[in-house]
Amino acid sequence: MAAGQSAPVGRAERTLTQNMVRYVLKKLLLSIPTLLILALVIFALMRAIPGDPAMMMVGDMADPDMLQQARKEMGLDEPYAVQFLIWFGDVLHGDFGTSRMTGEDVLTAMLSRFAVTAKVVLIAVMLAIALAVPAGLYAAWRQNRPGDFAVVLAANLFLSVPSFWMGMLLILLFGVTLQWLPTLGYVSTGENALAAAKYLAMPVLSLVFIEVATITRMMRASTIEVLRQEYVTHARAKGLGERTVLFRHVLKNAIAPTVTLIGLILGSLLGGAAVVETVFSLPGLGRFLVDAIYARDYAVVQGVLILVSAIYLLVNLLVDLVYPLLDPRVRL
Amino acid sequence: MRAFRSRHFRRLNAVVGIALIALATLLALTGLVHTPYDPLELDFAARLEPPSPAHWLGTDQFGRDVFSRLLAASWVSLAVSLLTVGFAVTAGSLIGTLAGYFGGWLDRALMAVTDAFMALPGLLLALAIMSVLGQGQWAVVLALGLAYTPNVIRVVRGAVLSIREKEYVEASRVIGHSHLHVLLRHVLPNCAGPLTVLATAFFALAILAESALSFLGLGVPPPYPSWGGMLADARSYFSIAPWLVIFPGVAISLTLLGINLFGDGLRDRLDPRMAAL
Repeated sequence: MAAGQSAPVGRAERTLTQNMVRYVLKKLLLSIPTLLILALVIFALMRAIPGDPAMMMVGDMADPDMLQQARKEMGLDEPYAVQFLIWFGDVLHGDFGTSRMTGEDVLTAMLSRFAVTAKVVLIAVMLAIALAVPAGLYAAWRQNRPGDFAVVLAANLFLSVPSFWMGMLLILLFGVTLQWLPTLGYVSTGENALAAAKYLAMPVLSLVFIEVATITRMMRASTIEVLRQEYVTHARAKGLGERTVLFRHVLKNAIAPTVTLIGLILGSLLGGAAVVETVFSLPGLGRFLVDAIYARDYAVVQGVLILVSAIYLLVNLLVDLVYPLLDPRVRL
Repeated sequence: MRAFRSRHFRRLNAVVGIALIALATLLALTGLVHTPYDPLELDFAARLEPPSPAHWLGTDQFGRDVFSRLLAASWVSLAVSLLTVGFAVTAGSLIGTLAGYFGGWLDRALMAVTDAFMALPGLLLALAIMSVLGQGQWAVVLALGLAYTPNVIRVVRGAVLSIREKEYVEASRVIGHSHLHVLLRHVLPNCAGPLTVLATAFFALAILAESALSFLGLGVPPPYPSWGGMLADARSYFSIAPWLVIFPGVAISLTLLGINLFGDGLRDRLDPRMAAL
């Protein structure tokens, strides 16, 4: 009984900030084992690649002594466990090695490419949210009426167009036929903002359609679920206007699953929208990875994989952190 | 009345979905058996010709018949996607059932690895695996299959966990049936619903991913046709041969639309919670 009485007091003593800090720490700690296993998987994948990294370094014409020397320098004569520890230590220090393709430091190269990807993806996802959340809300509100059917039909259509084909169709329309926009290439925003916007418009648009479709469908489904709750009926019964019911009671409760989905979308797109980057010849992270796979540039491959999984985990962690703000039922 | 109209609309959607899938399957099978021209045959006299009675969908930069290539590509894309989903569903059900049914340390170990794999976006994981396996359609099957397996594991494990506690499972054990019998007769059949919904969703994803990988040049190697590969080739001929850009994309999109519509209908049927909506 004593414990039962002291617990609420203890909880009250902790402030909201303390709760938040504890929650963040807990989530961070929970992601460590995942990251470790992932690092092991990536390490194993890279070691599973046929061929000897030392031989690739010095060339297969090198004499055995030189090869042995290179192996020693690269730590390849150590047991796998030691190799993993050395490699993981380097990674933690931000040392991902040098790219075979370009001779750049892998971390620097990755970050400059990530900036390009991030710009396209963030704009696209923000646009998609701005369109999809109202669309989904509206469709659910008009469920089984013509307005809903129209939204569902449009979402199904957009969902069926791959982003790279959408990109090519946009090029055909705006680049080739109308000649409004440049079709290939990239100008950084710092150099010339207007030119940059012109170059970014089509890559952004080609991502927007499919993401609008995905988010709209999720938003519609979760809103329909909320609309059937008794508190919505109650809110309507006590005479609140539809607008108040929708925005104050429904939207707040329906948005949580959509936020999770947005996190997943953001995480996977930030990891490189390789196909769209290829269509528009953008120097982004996804294209970097594909080029590295072609060039067998394994320092880059493993670097990008680690960076991407870290971003993915981080975005999902952020979503977890936003969640309690949206849904007070999720306890800190 | 409104309920009637909505059910009508849903059913129409599902019917259109099935019709599109049937069309894609028909084209794919045709592509396997017979194509009007040899999809690999070069004809430099007929380069980049627009659609005509001789070449229904025109010809590409090597004078190859686009319609023939599209038919052959349909077969490749559908077969690769089917194998991918088959691989993921089989491997995922096996591991998911083991983890869910037996629980304990086995479950914890399997799920820890599954979670780690799920910390990479699917296409990225597939790219990572392809950097080890090399390129080609078999590598695509294995890489995408492995990339989708963790999701299947999660769904099957969840279903098994809830079924495991049911009385009929306990009864079956009590009257002396083996674990294998219980799994095959009672547990797996009850996972069929969620598995079918998942498999349909993954089939659409697999078609999308296969065409993306082929577009990136990592899938079916040239000169063999694939939807994504044909689009990749078309990139150099935007202004002079737009038909090269349009038709392969139409094929991908109509197939995806068919599967998505069919999947919605299926979910309405198999998930009673959704059907009521």
